[in-house]
Amino acid sequence: MTKESREIVIPSQLLGEEKNKKAGKGTYVENGKIYSELLGVLNENNRYINVVPIKGKYDPAENDFVIGIVIEAMSSSWLVDINAAYPALLHVKEVPWDVDFNETDKYLNKGDAVMAKILEVDQEKKLQVTLKDRNLYKIKGGKIIDVQPSKVPRIIGKKGSMIKLLKKYTKCRVFVGQNGRIWVDGTNEGIKKIEETVDLIEQEALSFGLTNKIENMLKKDAKDVH
Amino acid sequence: MTVTAAIKKDFIVNLAKKGKRADNREFNQFRDIKIEPGIISKAEGSARVKIGNTQVIAGIKMDMGEPYPDSPDSGVMTTAAELIPLASPDFEAGPPREDAIELARVVDRGIRESKIIDVEKLCIEEGEKVWIIFIDLHILDYDGNLFDAASLAALAALMTAKIPNERFELGEDKPLPLSEPPISCTSVKFDNIVVMDPSLDEEEIAEARLTVSTDEKGDIRAMQKGLNGSFTVDEIKKVINDSIDNGKKIRQQLYKSVGK
Amino acid sequence: MKSDMKLFENGKRLDGRKPDDLRDIKIEVGVLHRAEGSCYLEWGGNKILVAVYGPREAIPRHTQNPLKAIVNARYNMAAFSVDDRKRPGPDRRSREISKVTSEALEKVILLEKYPRASIDVNIEVLDAEAGTRCAGITAAAVALVDAGIPMKDIPVACAAGKIDGKVVLDLGKEEDNYGDADLPIAISPRTGEILLLQMDGHLTLKEFDEALNLAIKGCHKISEIQKKAIREKYQPKGGK
Repeated sequence: MTKESREIVIPSQLLGEEKNKKAGKGTYVENGKIYSELLGVLNENNRYINVVPIKGKYDPAENDFVIGIVIEAMSSSWLVDINAAYPALLHVKEVPWDVDFNETDKYLNKGDAVMAKILEVDQEKKLQVTLKDRNLYKIKGGKIIDVQPSKVPRIIGKKGSMIKLLKKYTKCRVFVGQNGRIWVDGTNEGIKKIEETVDLIEQEALSFGLTNKIENMLKKDAKDVH
Repeated sequence: MTVTAAIKKDFIVNLAKKGKRADNREFNQFRDIKIEPGIISKAEGSARVKIGNTQVIAGIKMDMGEPYPDSPDSGVMTTAAELIPLASPDFEAGPPREDAIELARVVDRGIRESKIIDVEKLCIEEGEKVWIIFIDLHILDYDGNLFDAASLAALAALMTAKIPNERFELGEDKPLPLSEPPISCTSVKFDNIVVMDPSLDEEEIAEARLTVSTDEKGDIRAMQKGLNGSFTVDEIKKVINDSIDNGKKIRQQLYKSVGK
Repeated sequence: MKSDMKLFENGKRLDGRKPDDLRDIKIEVGVLHRAEGSCYLEWGGNKILVAVYGPREAIPRHTQNPLKAIVNARYNMAAFSVDDRKRPGPDRRSREISKVTSEALEKVILLEKYPRASIDVNIEVLDAEAGTRCAGITAAAVALVDAGIPMKDIPVACAAGKIDGKVVLDLGKEEDNYGDADLPIAISPRTGEILLLQMDGHLTLKEFDEALNLAIKGCHKISEIQKKAIREKYQPKGGK
């Protein structure tokens, strides 16, 4: 069988033994044997066996950049939906404005979108985000595209190669949140092009040679237009 | 409860001001409709309808029972809707809330008031025994416009239903006594823009909603305005015309799918 | 209540099956747009649709477990899914099945990864023909995998029973109504652990052993069908 794409594994599938390799993410160990705990892609190297999930909610990690949507403005904090199993808390201390008690709704309201960074994930998975960093702010205009969080690395590409292509050929501003939300702003045609490309990446994320394929497609369309 | 980004509303409104919808449809264009009758073997009649990703199953069950005292020679019809938690992250388990109740009642009236079912032919013994028709609407996937999907499913189920005479030893199974069905078309309004067959995103920003049922002659048989916004008279007239046009197309598709 | 109904004719069951034949099973993965994971399953005359939502913060707050996720399986029969229309809403039978289903699924899901969360499993029976709880669990397992929930194994369920004094696999409708015993089980196929077991009717110890073995064999066959359906959905076909 030719290796046109990476191998899919499913929960309970035997992947290897602890005496040969270390059990990485997406696996569990029983009696010295390593099994997959997820529907995912096998990612094996000389030392580790990992399984990268194909589907599922975003698994928050500290310092990740995410796009959040405000659920509620409370007296000295906001509750933010970041497409994880849990909402995140944004405290007034963590925003660049001087917010008085009970005045939170003057700055951020239900439905507002923000570029944020994960500040903390504690033992009980209670999450905190912050807006205090360069490039973090309340989002205005543009559109948010939802994708599977597991596909985000492919959309960014090795050293940002894929996202560079998208920006180049659509002339849009693009920001990819680790949590499976992509913010785009530009012409309607540009935004549509990005949506189509992202769709294709999602469907073909497992194949090899995807970056070249996408580049050719974008190049060709740009030529057709001019 | 899922929260929608406010910029999503801005995006849809800005597109609409340029005459476009997010999924490239015309303002008065329906999404792809799929009608599959006869999918539930236990039901006397059934149909699954998909409008875009919205999916509804209607099941018809029939039983014998007593007529209402004020109409002793008429069959009885009752409609229930379940917005089951399966269909959306926002639906909760429990007794039907107002949206499920409104949905059931609107579909019910569309069928009852337009007298599609000749209920007098459903009398078995005057004053004693009549046929009772239960229409159960099961929402499976909620992506906007439940009214039209549910109405269409109920119609397709009724048109392919068989009265279970054999089971009750009353002779052979027969189809229900039906006349031509009116077709419902729902539109919503946001920011002075009116679109037909709203997607989930469009429904979420809707200020007003209008459902119009029309028959094959182009006459109006039922109307329902919902939500707390308003329509101008011109807007209503345009919606009626578009409902008549779309109604004709959908009716043809319905007839084809039930083998008429 | 015994009847004179003959369930065997010339060594074949009423629907033509042999004693250890399963009814036809068809599984489709990822069929719903809104749900995080979903599965549509046909098993004989059963039509089951399952949607999984979550993990998400459990509400109301008092149901939250600070150490792990809870599984809320909700088994529901559509009003039109049975011969005599069923009034919408959970009855006692549905609530019991919901409970034993939740318990079966909890054992194989890695719950500690999601403290304070709930994993909501909605099982809708659209068309019923004996063995709906086994069909429900089998479909729920696939929907959970489709949702990306971390699990140790993909559970699978199947029933065996006794008709006309003979132990058979996967009771059909008349067999369920007029048979002598019904034994639905769910297992973790990798380890063979029993996750669900219920029995009603009358079985000698020897008959029980026979029925249990038969049901376990049935489970393994169905497990292959589950896995094939999942792989076919997600493994892209080679060669472009």
